[in-house]
Amino acid sequence: MPVTLPAQNVPPERAAAQPLSGGAPPSHTQRSPWADKAFAFAAQSAAWLTLALLAGILASLVFGAWPAIREFGIGFLFSTDWDPVEDKYGGLVMIYGTLMSAAIALIIAVPVSFGIALFLTELAPNWLRRPLGVAIELLAAVPSIVYGMWGLLVFGPILATYVQQPLQSAFGDVPFLGTLFSGPPVGIGLLSAGIILAIMVIPFIASVMRDVFETTPPLLKESAYGLGSTTWEVVSKVVLPYTKTGVVGAIMLGLGRALGETMAVTFVIGNFSQVDSLSLFEAANSITAAIANEFAEADTKLHQPALMYLGLVLFFITFCVLALSKLLLMRMKRGEGTRT
Amino acid sequence: MSLFALDAGRLKLHRRRKAVNAVALTLSLAAMAFGLFWLAWILFETIRLGIGGMALSVFTEMTPPPQADSGGLANAIYGSLVMVLLATALGTPIGILCGIYLAEYGKQTWLGSVTGFINDILLSAPSIVIGLFIYAVVVAQVRSFSGWAGILALALIVIPVVVRTTENMLSLIPNALREAAYALGSPKWKVISSVTLRAARAGVITGVLLALARIAGETAPLLFTALNNQFFTSNLGEPMASLPVTIFKYAMSPYENWRELAWVGVFLITLGVLGLNILARVLFRKKH
Repeated sequence: MPVTLPAQNVPPERAAAQPLSGGAPPSHTQRSPWADKAFAFAAQSAAWLTLALLAGILASLVFGAWPAIREFGIGFLFSTDWDPVEDKYGGLVMIYGTLMSAAIALIIAVPVSFGIALFLTELAPNWLRRPLGVAIELLAAVPSIVYGMWGLLVFGPILATYVQQPLQSAFGDVPFLGTLFSGPPVGIGLLSAGIILAIMVIPFIASVMRDVFETTPPLLKESAYGLGSTTWEVVSKVVLPYTKTGVVGAIMLGLGRALGETMAVTFVIGNFSQVDSLSLFEAANSITAAIANEFAEADTKLHQPALMYLGLVLFFITFCVLALSKLLLMRMKRGEGTRT
Repeated sequence: MSLFALDAGRLKLHRRRKAVNAVALTLSLAAMAFGLFWLAWILFETIRLGIGGMALSVFTEMTPPPQADSGGLANAIYGSLVMVLLATALGTPIGILCGIYLAEYGKQTWLGSVTGFINDILLSAPSIVIGLFIYAVVVAQVRSFSGWAGILALALIVIPVVVRTTENMLSLIPNALREAAYALGSPKWKVISSVTLRAARAGVITGVLLALARIAGETAPLLFTALNNQFFTSNLGEPMASLPVTIFKYAMSPYENWRELAWVGVFLITLGVLGLNILARVLFRKKH
């Protein structure tokens, strides 16, 4: 907010110096309009630069993808061809892989993150809250390539032997589930990608949810406890209704992360661009994995534009999800002031 | 209805509520254990498999050809260090300036609110898209992969992180401090640079460290900007090796010696990233 300087109404030389004891401060600190303007200008340009960055990303993606957009049009999104030899491209397989792996991740991550947030806000003793919170945040800081390599070389084989094979023998003959669980149990594919993504987004969702839960006014919770509610009743009937916008925002944030995650998925999804069954065990592909694997070697005629097109689709999806998440979290923050 | 029957009904309800509560809390405890379990497991495997391959040669020798007897990660470590440091040096001033704008100039303006919103989206935007952007803008124009392209891509990831923390930290500074400085006749740039920014210093440094930790492990934006290089180079105009990209290449390979080096690389990266994170937290906590 603008602050009126008292110094503006007094003669410049002696402005702020009078009330101070001792010698006058150096005069150049009092009046340097050019420095002020230059600083404001630099700060404002940095802000414009951030905006320009988004515009630049969008423009370069559209520009780079243009040959593919012209060639395949909107049908690109619904076609399952991906044939670099014939120069025929369609993104449905990758889009399906991205959405499906993110969906699996959320199915696992949302309840777990909710449990963690509940534990950290209501259950854990005070001395334990901080270290546990930090541990969860550290899990979020582990680079995705570590998750990827661990997923491929350590977790995949274990998943294959102890989860996929039992699932197959148990549900192999059930009509719908049988299809989901068919395919070679090698620990690579949509299911593995989904699980690794879940492990990656749990800390994001959990820590935002914890922050959101903490905005519940203690008075509300204490009133509910005072009426004899159990902890679970306080959480499900007071905290959750109070924070529902923020909780949805947290989940969307996790979804945004899961959709855009590259390395962890690239390692374990199998990079196979033809999908002919709905199986979760079959090698599949995702937008990010396809770009990571093929882009550097793609020829510039149509293959690269097609990958750029995929990138554009991904950016569009994540942009919408993240914008929605941000709006919800902002609404939550605004409501805080009026309702408490 | 007798009083006894009423009591029995109440007791039943009470027991049911207790039971539901116990189940919910147990599940919550299980969720916490589940979360920590992965952290422990990943750390354990990384240390177990990484420490086995640790040797001096990792830091002194170049990345080997497949199935060679010796070899290290020296060029990849050097490339990562150079690119990460230069990217931070490039992205930090812009990020801090933009954060200053958001906190000190643009609070009520449309530019401020739009930039803050967009910045939060860039913060979580898929990093591979940043790689595509730099490829289109730099690599495709110059027609060569280069260390500079990698640095630019990483710098673009640094900016939103630094912007977010700088803005948050500056917003925590009480207005009375600003008003006191203004009352002494300081111009705005002086108030910001030597009063508010200085008061928020620990928080801003934390943000920079977190940004450093974030890009140290980034692979996707380097894949088709800096690419990879089997040899040592200090020329930033050439393709440059980096730890994450080398790990990616080696881990997906069938060669035993490459995989072993990949585990060493993962160990080093995890150590560095978690170390930076812990350092950032300690630094921030000491101040607050």
